[in-house]
Amino acid sequence: MNSELDRKNGFKFVGTRPDRPDGVDKVTGRAKFGADATAPGMLHAAIVRSPHAHAKILKIDSSRAEAMKEVKAVVTRADFAEGLSGENWNILENVMAGEKALYDGHAVAAVAATTVLAARDAAKLIAVEYEKLPHVTDVDKAMEKGAPVIRDGAADKSVPEGLHPNVVRFHESGHGDVDEGFAEADLVVEESFKTEATHQGYIEPHACLGQLGPDGKGELWCCTQGHFIVQKICAALLGIEASQLRVTASEIGGGFGGKTTVFIEPVALALSRKANRPVKLVMSRSEVFRATGPTSSTSMDVKIGMTKDGTITAGEGVFRLQGGAFPGAPADLTAMCAFAPYALKNVKQTGYDVMSNRPKQAAYRAPGSPMAAFAVESVIDELCKKLDLDPIEVRLKNASKEGTKSSYGPRFDRIGLVETLEAAKAHPHYSAPLEAGQGRGLSCGFWFNHGGETSVSLSLSEDGTVALSVGTPDIGGSRASMCLMVAEELGIPYENVRTTIADTATLGYNDVSHGSRVTYASGLAAIKAARDVVDKLCARAAAKWGIDKEAVIWEDGCAKPAGPNAGDFEPLPIARIARSMGRTGGPIAGHFEATPEGAGMSFATHIVDAEVDGETGQTKVTRYTVVQDAGKAIHPSYVEGQYQGGAAQGIGWALNEEYIYGDDGRLQNAVFLDYRIPVASDLPMIDTVIVEVPNPGHPYGVRGVGETSICPPLAAIANAVSDAAGVRLTELPMSPPRILDALERQAHG
Amino acid sequence: MSMVHVTATVNDDEVEFLCDPRETLLDVLRDRLGLTGAKEGCGTGDCGACSVTVDGRLVCSCLMLGAEAEGKSIATVEGIAEGENLHPLQAKFIEHAALQCGICTPGILVATKALLEKNPDPTETEVRYWLAGNLCRCTGYDKIIRAVMDTAADLRKAS
Repeated sequence: MNSELDRKNGFKFVGTRPDRPDGVDKVTGRAKFGADATAPGMLHAAIVRSPHAHAKILKIDSSRAEAMKEVKAVVTRADFAEGLSGENWNILENVMAGEKALYDGHAVAAVAATTVLAARDAAKLIAVEYEKLPHVTDVDKAMEKGAPVIRDGAADKSVPEGLHPNVVRFHESGHGDVDEGFAEADLVVEESFKTEATHQGYIEPHACLGQLGPDGKGELWCCTQGHFIVQKICAALLGIEASQLRVTASEIGGGFGGKTTVFIEPVALALSRKANRPVKLVMSRSEVFRATGPTSSTSMDVKIGMTKDGTITAGEGVFRLQGGAFPGAPADLTAMCAFAPYALKNVKQTGYDVMSNRPKQAAYRAPGSPMAAFAVESVIDELCKKLDLDPIEVRLKNASKEGTKSSYGPRFDRIGLVETLEAAKAHPHYSAPLEAGQGRGLSCGFWFNHGGETSVSLSLSEDGTVALSVGTPDIGGSRASMCLMVAEELGIPYENVRTTIADTATLGYNDVSHGSRVTYASGLAAIKAARDVVDKLCARAAAKWGIDKEAVIWEDGCAKPAGPNAGDFEPLPIARIARSMGRTGGPIAGHFEATPEGAGMSFATHIVDAEVDGETGQTKVTRYTVVQDAGKAIHPSYVEGQYQGGAAQGIGWALNEEYIYGDDGRLQNAVFLDYRIPVASDLPMIDTVIVEVPNPGHPYGVRGVGETSICPPLAAIANAVSDAAGVRLTELPMSPPRILDALERQAHG
Repeated sequence: MSMVHVTATVNDDEVEFLCDPRETLLDVLRDRLGLTGAKEGCGTGDCGACSVTVDGRLVCSCLMLGAEAEGKSIATVEGIAEGENLHPLQAKFIEHAALQCGICTPGILVATKALLEKNPDPTETEVRYWLAGNLCRCTGYDKIIRAVMDTAADLRKAS
């Protein structure tokens, strides 16, 4: 478990593993998550959802529900803002259907009542009359001539003429001449792949408590990855001023990208406005599956040429992503990530964003990249097998490094792919003998990482302790990292720093906790805010000593004269400066508001051993090693946690998880029993190696770590399964029936 | 609908409540008794986030009715620590970073405490199968398993 690079590098706090500051709250049940809040006079709400995949809404009759004495408000689309356009319109249309229900589970009305049970009873009494329309839930079928059109005119200008109206965005990038490249190859492998939609699978269903008065002033408590975006969207959807709605983020029970938008929050606020009482709205698990989240399903074609010595001469990929009933599937990101790990002379990638009668896809950890890696890394594996080449050597030979012109355009800054490959090669796992029936697979993965708008504040208390306010919900231990970075800068104990997730009224705008950005961007902001505080502390000491501010340095939590020439003064500790700050110039606080743009790109290499039961088709992952570049691990335990969590989600995606739609277009497995995420007995220990190739864009070298860990697993596991079973699986999940099918097809030639 | 009157013990406190016959024990704990430590992740007994013990037996409180709690002794995550002293499991979960978001943590702590009371020396496989009813989406279970094994070893040494 201990990383070879787990050393302090001259840091006093960074790189250590203290207890997380919110640990006691979370092990005692004290931490308040989305559904844990209450308010005086609170009502409970329930949502009426379409049972049809595609249908015109002819009539909504809520009279029977409204006749119940417990019912205080019913809302439909008419209770939301009119005249929206662009993404705000898309989100409103998803939050509450307009003229048509676009997928099974699409919200069409909502009711608030005095109890949860009464709200559910009332929802059943709301009669909706539908006219069913033809539907399509498969990405390839949705592109075919004659497929039902989800919404005419939804396509943007990027889409070439002649494509089906369900193709709403188009991406093309690359360089060189792929045909020339394929001609230079000794072997060209071309394969088609499919992956099913998976859900982020956070254990906490969406939950919120909203209050909106007739005066247009509101309060909202919700579990979200970003309460500032919730504020912005809710204000737009309800036609109120953003600043009049104060949003507080609860503790969040997992998000993984799925809580970066809104679903129920505007509904709770609309009901509250109508009833003039606070309204709590909590999704059931089946609502979560039917109406939130999933990632895109895909259909992909990848072609790669290689010489006998392992040089990739050309790569070409076509990526079709099903994004549900709205534009927005990350076809562009999928295409851009596909060949990013490799320095290629000739490369071309094409992406299609395709609408269908499924819920609006939402971001899921490195959106698009895992699927692209599945296709590309499977083909590379096939080439290595056919040319009898070592998969790590081939990847090292072609690896992107600093200065490489990336497959999607820009040149890479300092990146650590080669270092992860070297560490994987040196890891005992890679050379360990396999048992009979087992196979080994390997894959690389890539994610861009993100900076984003960031605003923090750091306040000094009179006793010399500090409070950091950040606007990025803590989705996996980031408070601990923030405290470590502030302690490092101020030279004060970790325990003397408290990090709070502040509400929307307290800080400037903060982008969502996504894009692996929190430890990078909020961390950078915390460091800069701490430096701002140090600057002010030094100024107070300089004034006291009657010397220039430049002659004062900050060391070990004290102001000190910079050298003998500055004068002979006793070090002035932070607590002493803090105690007198009211008399020496007033309160001291540090700030940082900016949009950091130096998020370092991130690469990983995963090694997997798996065994396949030829009789049942069951696959068991027997050994797993994650090697990933963290830039600098601030709190290594939580970096390892991100590596392990991404790998585990990838194992579920590869082997088990899928959205299953019936011919009627309805989701058939909207419960955890049927949508089975990995349980403890499914998994082995997940070994981790933290590689640290510093990111030049962060003061300590931090790169985001949250997303890249889910990029390699699909391919790495597919390659291990292929090695174990002797047959290439090109569709995910590699569930027992699919594996048995593949084995049978192979047996019959 | 007429309410059911129930008297029970929760974390050694005597409690009395009225509940709708359709309300689950989880609803009662959270909404009537204000004990929001147990979480509803699925409502169908698949995720284990609502785990509590009833007369010492581990159950999903979403699968039991509040009315069925009459005369029973219920233990929730809120009762695991003794005053300000964390239970060794709680301390080890923090030390091992065995939680990320923390939503599954209450259920997992209740479940593992029940395991260690039954079996103070479980193998890794036994811990994994015991916890197969408690979903965690963040951690990949690695650090959870380590925290449980480490606690068990410490408790054996101490006894």
